[in-house]
Amino acid sequence: MATDLLDHRLLVVTGKGGVGKTTVAAALAWHAARSGKRVLVCELDAKGDLLSALTGADAARSHALSFVPREVHPRLHAMVMDPEASLKEYLKLNLRIPLVTRIGALSNAFDFLANAAPGVREIVTIGKLAYEVRERHYDLVIADAPATGHVVGLLRAPQAINELVGVGLIRSQTKWILDILSSPATTGAVVVSTSEELPVTESIELIARLRTDIEVDAAAVVINRTLPQSLTSDDSRALHRLAASSTSDDPAMVTMLRGALLLDQLTQIRAPHLSRLLEAWTGPIAMVPTITGQSPGLPVTRAVAGHLADEFSLSAEPR
Amino acid sequence: MTKSSLADALSEVDVVLCCGAGGVGKTTIAAALGLGAARSGRGRVLVLTIDPARRLADALGLEEFGNVERRVELTNAPDGSELWVAMLDTSASWDELVRQHAPDQITVDRILGNQLYRNITGRFVQSHDYIAMERLHSLHSSGRYDLIVIDTPPSRNALDFLEAPSRMADFFSSSLLKWITLPYRLGGERAGRLGYLAAKPFYQVADRILGSQFLADIAEFFLLFQTMYDGFVLRAKEVEGLLHQRATCFVVVTSLEPAPLQEAEYFLAELRRKHLLVGALVVNRVLPSYLFDGPTRRLASGLMAASAPSGPARVRRRAATAFSDLAALADSERASRSRLANPPGCVVEVPLVASDLHNLDGLLEVAAVLWPGVSKAVTKRPSVSRPKRPRS
Repeated sequence: MATDLLDHRLLVVTGKGGVGKTTVAAALAWHAARSGKRVLVCELDAKGDLLSALTGADAARSHALSFVPREVHPRLHAMVMDPEASLKEYLKLNLRIPLVTRIGALSNAFDFLANAAPGVREIVTIGKLAYEVRERHYDLVIADAPATGHVVGLLRAPQAINELVGVGLIRSQTKWILDILSSPATTGAVVVSTSEELPVTESIELIARLRTDIEVDAAAVVINRTLPQSLTSDDSRALHRLAASSTSDDPAMVTMLRGALLLDQLTQIRAPHLSRLLEAWTGPIAMVPTITGQSPGLPVTRAVAGHLADEFSLSAEPR
Repeated sequence: MTKSSLADALSEVDVVLCCGAGGVGKTTIAAALGLGAARSGRGRVLVLTIDPARRLADALGLEEFGNVERRVELTNAPDGSELWVAMLDTSASWDELVRQHAPDQITVDRILGNQLYRNITGRFVQSHDYIAMERLHSLHSSGRYDLIVIDTPPSRNALDFLEAPSRMADFFSSSLLKWITLPYRLGGERAGRLGYLAAKPFYQVADRILGSQFLADIAEFFLLFQTMYDGFVLRAKEVEGLLHQRATCFVVVTSLEPAPLQEAEYFLAELRRKHLLVGALVVNRVLPSYLFDGPTRRLASGLMAASAPSGPARVRRRAATAFSDLAALADSERASRSRLANPPGCVVEVPLVASDLHNLDGLLEVAAVLWPGVSKAVTKRPSVSRPKRPRS
């Protein structure tokens, strides 16, 4: 087992849509690069959020990432996945024929393959990540992966191909990919959640599947955008008593207590969901508060990286 | 003409599509919209959702959602108004579609029995999208509902579902599919003899990548599927027409977190570019405005700066910290909100509901914000502050 989360060679960052996967992926990459590692971070859904998280929204619009990695910060390389480009690269490397010239309309062929053959899109995606790990171009590859629903298909693709395809080149290629994915010291999934109902439910389901029918090991859980921890349960009772005895002749005090009670209420709504997750997952876990007072983009990412480093006790020094 | 209230914006439509980033409460808003519509006398209203939370089913008083529409018991609903809900079951809907479009029972059985069928329909990148639009169309043309509110599927790409029907039709008519199924259509022996020169390089490569048995399996499957081609194309055109009609509108849902807001902006721009009707922007889970109150903020910072006392003063200090922390979140939200360019004429802010939506009252609270006026019929409902709407 890797002792430090960032000692893995491949981290797949996933979670329900909207929980902040991209920011967490960018923050892990930022920290790893700062501590001296050569890092490749790859956005699997080409939405452009990754570059925003590594720079800012304006920079993201002007110079989008592509399939060819670009060093956006020292040692931090970023790319977006393009399954078609990945298939081309794969065919060039493996078939050893100038295939691209022989099939003019590879993109048509790809559309067909990707849509018709289950798992082709996924296998060329996960294959590219595994390839970068195998070739050791980087110390760490981080995938900003699709949401929980899609990531299962992605991570299970090599197994699914094995089950479906009897023979063929792809079949023979799945073994080394599986070797990389199934080694807990090499590959780990980072499950990002919030402490709300649906993200917690999806995270628990994903953790269970990672334990049972997916070869990839769950390495860590990040609970993102936690509420401010300003109240304890003792405070809660005292607060209610105080609110009940407050008179309305001090409107500012009444309003202040109203705000405090709202936070208390929100905390209590989330508490059972948080406990469910903590019950289902006893491994490494990080709580990251909502970042306030920072403009979106790199400033928020750096703040998140700081929290992740503290919570996961990540090594800060180059080694 | 811009319409400032949601009720106005939706007064002349019979289909509402709720779209937005994941995690913003889109399903809840769709359900509350439908609930509010039914209570305000919009007739028979159907809410079609995708994978709702268990609690939402509970909130609507249902044991579970299913592909079949179920009626939600409403008290105090105007005469003739009903609320129905259904969930999109992709797999069951595909089966239904095959039964509808396949030429005969034998083809139906062969498709449903094909080992690749489940795998492919389940994994088709736009399978969910396509089925959602297909279901919308069939429910709309059934004429059973006066208003259909649909919660759009979480797409890999924002508005993929809009193009799903035509993409599906394109797919079935693609020349590659014709190539791949050609030898099988002509029968083994003849195909073997002719060798299909045109398709040969493609087969060689496909063979090397996939293996020939697998290729044959795929071909058989698509050969069967092609028997449904005409049905698919016709349907795709009809769905496209439905989305563009003036009685169909889109409601974009967002929270004030930066990422969903950015996506909402993109949705709005795309919808306008495609000449689709934007009904409203619903900003969900907005922190209450009293968190901006100046005197309260000053009081809180004063209390926080005071020395650490004990007793009631200590509690007040903790309360001050809690208030300030929440106020900082509210500031963040407001900063995000101010970055939103080109909002539509109707923007509705839904305040954060400080309760889990585990009963109809919770959902009604949201519905009352979306449809001001419907709230009066409810008994023992907690008071809700009216949302601030920009005057346009």
